[in-house]
Amino acid sequence: MSEFEPKIVAFFCNWCTFTAADLAGTSRLAYPPNLKIIRVMCSGMVDPKFVLKAFLNGADGVLIGGCWPGDCHYINGNLKARRRVALLTEVLKQYGIGEERFWLRWIAASEGNMLREIAADMTAKLKQLGPSPLQNIAQMAL
Amino acid sequence: MAKFAKLSFKKDELNKELAGFFKGMLEKGAVDAVLVPMAQPKKGVRLALVTSPENAAKVDPFAPVAAVSGAKIASSLTSRPSGRKVAMVLRPCEIRAVIELVKLKQVVLDDVLLIGVDCYGRYENTDFAKFQEKGGTSESFLENAQAGKTATQDVDIIGACKICEFPTAEGVDMRLCAIGSGSGTVFIEAVTKRGEEALEKSGLKPGEVPAGRDEAVKKLVAGRTEARDKKFEEIRKEVGTFEGLADKLSACVNCYNCRVACPVCYCKECVFVTDTFRHTGEQFMMWADKAGMLKMPNDTLFYHLTRMTHMSLFCVGCGQCTSACPNGIDLMPLFRACADKTQARFNYKAGRSVEEEQPMAGFKPDELVEVTGQVK
Repeated sequence: MSEFEPKIVAFFCNWCTFTAADLAGTSRLAYPPNLKIIRVMCSGMVDPKFVLKAFLNGADGVLIGGCWPGDCHYINGNLKARRRVALLTEVLKQYGIGEERFWLRWIAASEGNMLREIAADMTAKLKQLGPSPLQNIAQMAL
Repeated sequence: MAKFAKLSFKKDELNKELAGFFKGMLEKGAVDAVLVPMAQPKKGVRLALVTSPENAAKVDPFAPVAAVSGAKIASSLTSRPSGRKVAMVLRPCEIRAVIELVKLKQVVLDDVLLIGVDCYGRYENTDFAKFQEKGGTSESFLENAQAGKTATQDVDIIGACKICEFPTAEGVDMRLCAIGSGSGTVFIEAVTKRGEEALEKSGLKPGEVPAGRDEAVKKLVAGRTEARDKKFEEIRKEVGTFEGLADKLSACVNCYNCRVACPVCYCKECVFVTDTFRHTGEQFMMWADKAGMLKMPNDTLFYHLTRMTHMSLFCVGCGQCTSACPNGIDLMPLFRACADKTQARFNYKAGRSVEEEQPMAGFKPDELVEVTGQVK
């Protein structure tokens, strides 16, 4: 049987994390193909609904990548994202999707290497953890 | 120092005495209007906005019913203010929702005299009708509730009230006190300076302090808190997984009544009724193709989870969601248990104070480091 390949939906901010992903690419730093990257203008524009929809549509993990505090292109979008992530984590945790499946990470434009590490780390952890509990839910229950 | 005015009443005359109080306030110009629970002609009690003193005769502020959250009415009356002074007689949960709405700029309290009613709980709207049919009155309810009995032969107070640890209102100008006040007596308490002035104008004289009140409130709160924690434990066991959550919501028909009734569902227009969710047939087909099928109406779980991220920080546990559900889903414990977690994360308590900033209204550079776990 082939190994379980987790599906990770990644929302990357245009200015830092997406650029870091670009850098990883141009530097030929290979990272797991499990990430499905969606470029957003800022981590602060990731509506909790985006994350909920990703999980409800079968994502095994969601990763939000933003600029380090102080480096946000929009001054403080990443700090707003952090509060929202804390809130949404508290909601999801109650029904079985914990912090281990829902990550927020700061990755600067120059940190292509860190992007690779985080992508590999999350993929490995989700492989260990197995499919999302929402995978078992019948379509008729959603 | 709070001042109390004692209001003694003969049998069947509680509301007559209270009417006198409101009438006095209106006549002496303490306020221009009173928003107060009022008996409907045959049965039922609704809030009424009374501007003329003679129309205060049928007030019934202790009636154990709240068919609509008064916080929403307070919002209608003040979000675009009239400039006239209004006394609002509301239950503690409604007051706490009002406090959240003030912070969301959907209630303006500048011209409002807030009067909190001591609350032993409320019946469902339809249960209240049964209660009245069998001759139940606010007086009989209070007397039984003071003895620890809220149930009659046919009806009992709603689940939300049974686990509500806020039987008295905070952050108000005045209180109508009935908890531990003894038979044939209620007290009117002036809490703030504004309240004291209103009390003076109403013609009532401050005097005796209700001796048994603090003790009775403490006892009630202790019992309710214990019941609350037990309920939380129950519901967390029941919906500890997404499967459990889906089961709990399986009767949902996406009518969105729960958010219409919710006093703190604050969006002027809910995203679920906007074009964002008006999909094309092609889109539905695409989704159906992807999984082989699509439940219709779709996005049930999505809707409730989204609501949790929106309102749980402000949830006051009033139970209007459960009351509004046409399919009998007991939503209150679900939302309250969620609110308990989300509010705790931000050390926030809905309705505690107008001074406290709502968690999503701000941010600090050096907080919540544990979310990313990264330190530069």
